[in-house]
Amino acid sequence: MAESATKTQLLDVRNLRIEAVAESGARVTLVDDVSFTLNPGEVLGLIGESGAGKSTIGLSTLVYARSGCQITGGQIVFRGHELRELGIEARQSLRGAKVAYIAQSAAAAFNPAHTLYDQVCEVALQHGVMNASQARVEAVRLFRELDLPNPETFGNRYPHQVSGGQLQRAMAAMAMIAKPDLLVFDEPTTALDVTTQVEVLASFKKLIRDHGTAALYITHDLAVVAQVADRIMVLRHGKMVEEGAATQILQQPRMDYTRMLVAERVAAQASTFVAPHGSSAQPILATRDVVASYRSGPRVIDNVSIELMRGDTLAVVGESGSGKSTLARVIVGLLPRQEGDVLFNGESLPPRLESRSKEQHRRIQMIYQMPDVALNPRQTLLDIIGRPIAFYFNKSRREVRARVEELMRQIDLPLDYISRRPGELSGGQKQRVCIARALAAEPDVIICDEVTSALDPLVADEILRLLRRIQDQTGVGYLFITHDLGTVRRIANKVAVMYKGQMVAYGATQQVFNPPYHPYTELLLSSVPEIRSDWLDEVLRKRRKVVR
Amino acid sequence: MLKLLVQRLALGVATLLAVSVLIFWVTELLPGDLASNILGQSATPENIAAIRAELGLDRPAVERYTEWLGDAVQGDLGKSLANKRPVIDVIGPRLVNTLFLAIYAAVIAVPLSVLLGILAAIYRNSVFDKGVNIASLAAISMPEFFIGYFLILFMSVQLKWFPAIATIKPEQGFFQHLYVTFLPMLTLILVVIAHMMRMTRTSVLSVMSSPYVEMAVLKGIPKGRIVVHHALPNALAPIINVIAINLAYLIVGVVVVEAVFTFNGLGRLMVDAVAKRDIPVVQACGLIFAIVFIGLNLIADVLSILSNPRLRHPR
Repeated sequence: MAESATKTQLLDVRNLRIEAVAESGARVTLVDDVSFTLNPGEVLGLIGESGAGKSTIGLSTLVYARSGCQITGGQIVFRGHELRELGIEARQSLRGAKVAYIAQSAAAAFNPAHTLYDQVCEVALQHGVMNASQARVEAVRLFRELDLPNPETFGNRYPHQVSGGQLQRAMAAMAMIAKPDLLVFDEPTTALDVTTQVEVLASFKKLIRDHGTAALYITHDLAVVAQVADRIMVLRHGKMVEEGAATQILQQPRMDYTRMLVAERVAAQASTFVAPHGSSAQPILATRDVVASYRSGPRVIDNVSIELMRGDTLAVVGESGSGKSTLARVIVGLLPRQEGDVLFNGESLPPRLESRSKEQHRRIQMIYQMPDVALNPRQTLLDIIGRPIAFYFNKSRREVRARVEELMRQIDLPLDYISRRPGELSGGQKQRVCIARALAAEPDVIICDEVTSALDPLVADEILRLLRRIQDQTGVGYLFITHDLGTVRRIANKVAVMYKGQMVAYGATQQVFNPPYHPYTELLLSSVPEIRSDWLDEVLRKRRKVVR
Repeated sequence: MLKLLVQRLALGVATLLAVSVLIFWVTELLPGDLASNILGQSATPENIAAIRAELGLDRPAVERYTEWLGDAVQGDLGKSLANKRPVIDVIGPRLVNTLFLAIYAAVIAVPLSVLLGILAAIYRNSVFDKGVNIASLAAISMPEFFIGYFLILFMSVQLKWFPAIATIKPEQGFFQHLYVTFLPMLTLILVVIAHMMRMTRTSVLSVMSSPYVEMAVLKGIPKGRIVVHHALPNALAPIINVIAINLAYLIVGVVVVEAVFTFNGLGRLMVDAVAKRDIPVVQACGLIFAIVFIGLNLIADVLSILSNPRLRHPR
């Protein structure tokens, strides 16, 4: 019986162990005793937070380990052959031909120096599956199948000449052209805007279904994997947490960790709205018909007027290129406005950063998306958090230290971390340090620019809760810039929806996120994946109806 | 992109102008008065004044500079003070010799060093890679005259394969020229190959760690094709720049090698002219060197810009 089972299996991974070997010789286990099987045509979703070993497992099915990593144990049996025993040439003829890989960032994975045809057809030519003209015909067929515009001429373009969503689909064409038995999708829609993600996800799903190709679908987003996977495996710290049919994992998770992941995802969709505070009539921060552009280019933000009340949270949402981060830059003065006005507590702020007073700087602070880049790796937390205290308030060293300790208690970091450097902290802890640094200036407004986007869902959730608690304690106002509508729901009393530099909807979150919607807000809201497995089909059906 | 190219060109011309001012000014600073130098022992104040008037040295520097530059632009570089022949006639044959030697060395050194660099990148950390690195480092660490004399001692005095004196005469044929200048050419190759080879290796390797190279590996592309087809086109800009600098060196900086092999090139002419206070020749040589240096760097800039697909194929 076991014999026949192995025969029908496409892939059988047993007790896989992958280690990273540091230069000092120290070993870190990235993947520890992971086993799974995959039947032809089946889709297995690999779910987990960063550092769970998902990508490392995905790459191991191509017998590839990133530099510094080694597959040190277990078996990877593909169609009855142990892949780890293959020599270099046999590995080359496996990669791309039998097992193909689709990376997270197509913009980085495509070679800027060659056309898309060149790179898509290269796989087929390299493996001798087709000749050049056949490969071209097949490429055009795949481009058409993936709903790419002008499929006949699409391949003549260079990677930088097409959009991110199109490039991601072109990569799927590149993976499919040699007709592999197994596709490895490594977070293929994570870098895309939600509205683009829906389309790309639909293309991928159609592709897998029509060709009957088996797939490993790696993602951190349960709702995305719910749309494509037959089975789901949950990973944490390189170990398997649980594995089962997609519906079972999503609806009746057995393990606590899986339950937490599911609960977080559901909360993002269903949490009740935060009501606006009925606070003072004078907004602490306001913009009036602000216009700005980079050099002599087109207007990046056009006639944007918002008002932030003391102690409130105003979310600015939109997709990449909508001008939401530019708005933040205009408010703090990094990019001088061309028209309109920015008012702080009723007073006009000078357009340029250089002409603002120290006090004006102090009262508006910023927190950024990437805590790694925003913190100086050579400074200790005392230096980092203490700097604004010494700079703005002229405190003695002892007073600074006392205040830093107070702030660290506020952000829930152990006091003995005070002499640590950012490199010794986790991503979430670093973001807490950034928050403490902003708070150190005792500002009235903090501009949060995608502060949770680079964090894992559970960590992001903690950061959001911390921000709300701080707001309750200090009455600081947040201007919360994000592309994640789930975050908006949980934290913002008011929301401004940006689209191509213009504000298309503005008001209390409850009102903007409920019917009657602005058409773009509706598109945005309906594009956020839901954890139901029939969500994608339903959205597509609805949209098709609208088009007709 | 056209705008970018025009900008570079304008910048090149401006640099050349600035350098011409510098050349003119620096030759003015040469120690010793020109007129008294020409007259030597027979210098009397009247004679000196007469010569100065004849050479126009009594006029203001700005006036002389504009006149000199105006003539130079029209191809008139003045007359040599040493033998009264037009500077063009003095420099012409020397320039041809220098270009001959430079091209001879470049034609071999550039392809060879790029090839070695690519091979070293493909076989990174192999015995071949380490061997090439050590050999090229050793060659670059030795002074040129040392390499030159070493080659003379070895290949001409002991083995008697090549002549030690690389004086080329018009009556010799092309292949005779190649034979006579073999040793200086070899010396130059040994001096320039290390830079170009190491830059090729480094910039190819830095591209090798990019995600699109990983993608190529995952597509099953063999190593050699990855390096040549995927890495090299994206590594060209720094390689082109180093090649340009080395080509410029082959024309501008070879005076020591010329002296070792008594080769009649432009470098030695300039040194001789400085010794004789033959100002027009010095200025002309300086101007030619500046044109070569700026011109080659300009070409390298343009080629690097062209090697960027984003600029070649705008959205």
